[in-house]
Amino acid sequence: MKKNDSLKVKTLKPKKQTIDFLLNFSKSIEIVKSKGKSYPILKN
Amino acid sequence: MKSKTDSLLISLYQKGDEEALSTLIHRHQRELFTFIFYKINDEDLANDVFQDTFMKIIVMLKEGRYNEEGKFILWAKRIAHNLIIDHFRVKAKNVKVSETTFETDEYSIFDLIREPSENIEDQLVTLQIQEDLLRMLQFLPQNQQEVIKLRFFDGLSFKEIADHTNMSINTTLGRVRYALINLRKIMDENNIVLTR
Repeated sequence: MKKNDSLKVKTLKPKKQTIDFLLNFSKSIEIVKSKGKSYPILKN
Repeated sequence: MKSKTDSLLISLYQKGDEEALSTLIHRHQRELFTFIFYKINDEDLANDVFQDTFMKIIVMLKEGRYNEEGKFILWAKRIAHNLIIDHFRVKAKNVKVSETTFETDEYSIFDLIREPSENIEDQLVTLQIQEDLLRMLQFLPQNQQEVIKLRFFDGLSFKEIADHTNMSINTTLGRVRYALINLRKIMDENNIVLTR
């Protein structure tokens, strides 16, 4: 009988949702500068 | 977009091109994620650290705080490394570090930062040692700090370091050797013992 080899292989790659989150995060923040300092804030 | 250098992608991203960030992330995701995963040996946690690393990178790039001093991936790895240390520092309550003396001069303190084995205590000790070493590196000349970081923290070969720093391999070897001698001196003078 043939063995069903179902060993999981680590892909060593981040999850798609991690990447999607980062791309959305990048689009959703902007940097506001005030008194020589900069602050990341979320866009509306 | 895929044929553009990291430097150009960063510049485009800083001008508002979001596609440039996507290319940058996809280009380096495997190398950075693998680097993180083998330090913490947990896939979910590795995703968290990867995410936090790039969130920091995104903010720093948007703030214009990225200096083109070296390769982007090395910079990203240093950020990830610091986040991993922060993570374990928060979790660590009791870290046991035994203290012994070394028997031979041939002993390399960087043998101590080999990849962590499976248990959490070993990983914590490894990270603590890395942190102590990084602190000691500050006492070395800049050029010695650079080769040590590239060799032992970023895992580059001597040939890669030579290419990266525009030095010959012999100079690279010599510089690493001097740096190790200096680190041993610092350890001796300050009675510092690093061990597992």
